[in-house]
Amino acid sequence: MIETIGITKTIGEKMILRGVNLRINQGESVAILGTNGAGKSTWLKIVAGLLKQSNGDVLLDGVPRKKDDYSQQQRLGYLGHQSFLYEAFSPVENLQFFAKLYQLKSPDKRIHQLIDDVGLSFFKHEPIRSFSRGMIQRLAIARAILHEPDVLLLDEPHTGLDQQAVSLFNRLLLDLKAEGVTIIMVTHDFPQINAICDRAVILRKGKIAEDECIRGRPVSWIHSLYEGEALSS
Amino acid sequence: MKHLFAPAMAIARKDLYAEWKTKQTITTMLIFSGLVIVTFSFAFDPSNQAVSALVPGMIWVITIFSGILGLNRSFTQEKQNDHLHGLMVAPVDPSAIYLGKCLANLIFVLLVQIISVPLLFLLFDFQVISGVGLIYFVMIVFLGTFGFIAVGTLLAALATHSKSSEMLLPILLFPLVTPVVIAAVQATRIVLVDQEGVSAALSWMQLMAAYDVIFFVVGFLLFEHVLEV
Ligand SMILES: Nc1ncnc2c1ncn2[C@@H]1O[C@H](COP(=O)(O)OP(=O)(O)OP(=O)(O)O)[C@@H](O)[C@H]1O
Ligand SMILES: [Mg+2]
Repeated sequence: MIETIGITKTIGEKMILRGVNLRINQGESVAILGTNGAGKSTWLKIVAGLLKQSNGDVLLDGVPRKKDDYSQQQRLGYLGHQSFLYEAFSPVENLQFFAKLYQLKSPDKRIHQLIDDVGLSFFKHEPIRSFSRGMIQRLAIARAILHEPDVLLLDEPHTGLDQQAVSLFNRLLLDLKAEGVTIIMVTHDFPQINAICDRAVILRKGKIAEDECIRGRPVSWIHSLYEGEALSS
Repeated sequence: MKHLFAPAMAIARKDLYAEWKTKQTITTMLIFSGLVIVTFSFAFDPSNQAVSALVPGMIWVITIFSGILGLNRSFTQEKQNDHLHGLMVAPVDPSAIYLGKCLANLIFVLLVQIISVPLLFLLFDFQVISGVGLIYFVMIVFLGTFGFIAVGTLLAALATHSKSSEMLLPILLFPLVTPVVIAAVQATRIVLVDQEGVSAALSWMQLMAAYDVIFFVVGFLLFEHVLEV
């Protein structure tokens, strides 16, 4: 369903992505791994339509990603390094604003449901200026899935979450996965990869170094894949 | 169209509501205009007839400088949490962002004018303008302000890509808004000071209207290129 063909990206002199060919099918859950600065976030932003690739194509269901094809944007849920949330607004007001952007019909029920799901019901009407980082991350997750996207692009979604939130969030992702939502997750958190993802793609220096099925593999195996020795041993 | 007007209204409402909660931008704009009025009313003797010639200029000094304060904040506040990216991943026409921001900025500046211009007239003991003159005056202020905001919103978005955006915006604005500022000051002077030549004011107003249409359309079309760098 999502396909990137020969994606390259250069910013200034720097070549960040050097030909990323990746095909992800409907309903798959894929972890994108790699060292800091490998180009993971850049690739994800290109897929989300926030950055323009220098070369190559991004296809969604075989259709090239186009700026003015808003039905494609409607299907994507993107969670970046930043929360995109407004500090002066409460969780409810933030989600109401995004519901308007996505033109959801009668979103109030879903908004309150989501806020309960991420465990922020007590702080529903407080401005998020006073929130801790983990609380903001919880709300950012709610924002990304508010419009019920069928492709989730998550950039380090587990950062800042406590144990309880991590398990809540993982359960949420597994539920979505069961509904057939495609999950693409950039992360450094190996236990969570193991819990959620079927497939791991490792980026090194802007290229795909490994692309393996990890279902049923132990965390240590993923570790050694990450270090680049799994296949030889 | 579906992805244009509804999101634009949502963005404008969001800005107005955030301002209603924090009152940061409007307060600085109002304090600035108050300072200008007080300074000028002490610098020149308001009872002197010749001083009334200053009033048209002061209206636009207030508009431009408080407008720049508002425009600077308009997009720098969207940078805090990468809000612009949040708007861009949503199914929103980039022009909707321009439209919404223009509307919000216009409302801020008009609010400041509604408060400060009567105060200015009061302190400078300006004789009340007649019915037709008042209509002309309101139209001139609106046309001039609209042109200023149409250009300013586009340039403010452009300037946010730079680290020194607060400095960059006035520099970019200066050459581009000069025509509309000249037209606005001239037309305001004609209507307020030498009421006879209303037809001359009319041609300045036509110039402003043409300027407004051109720059609004340019902003509307170019905005998507301003967002991606
Ligand atoms: N706007 C930019 N200008 C110049 N270089 C950039 C820009 N954005 C990213 N880079 C460079 O691109 C490379 C990849 O960045 P990217 O954010 O994709 O890394 P990442 O894999 O997500 O890393 P992390 O694990 O730290 O999040 C880095 O070397 C970074 O310096
Ligand atoms: Mg990253």
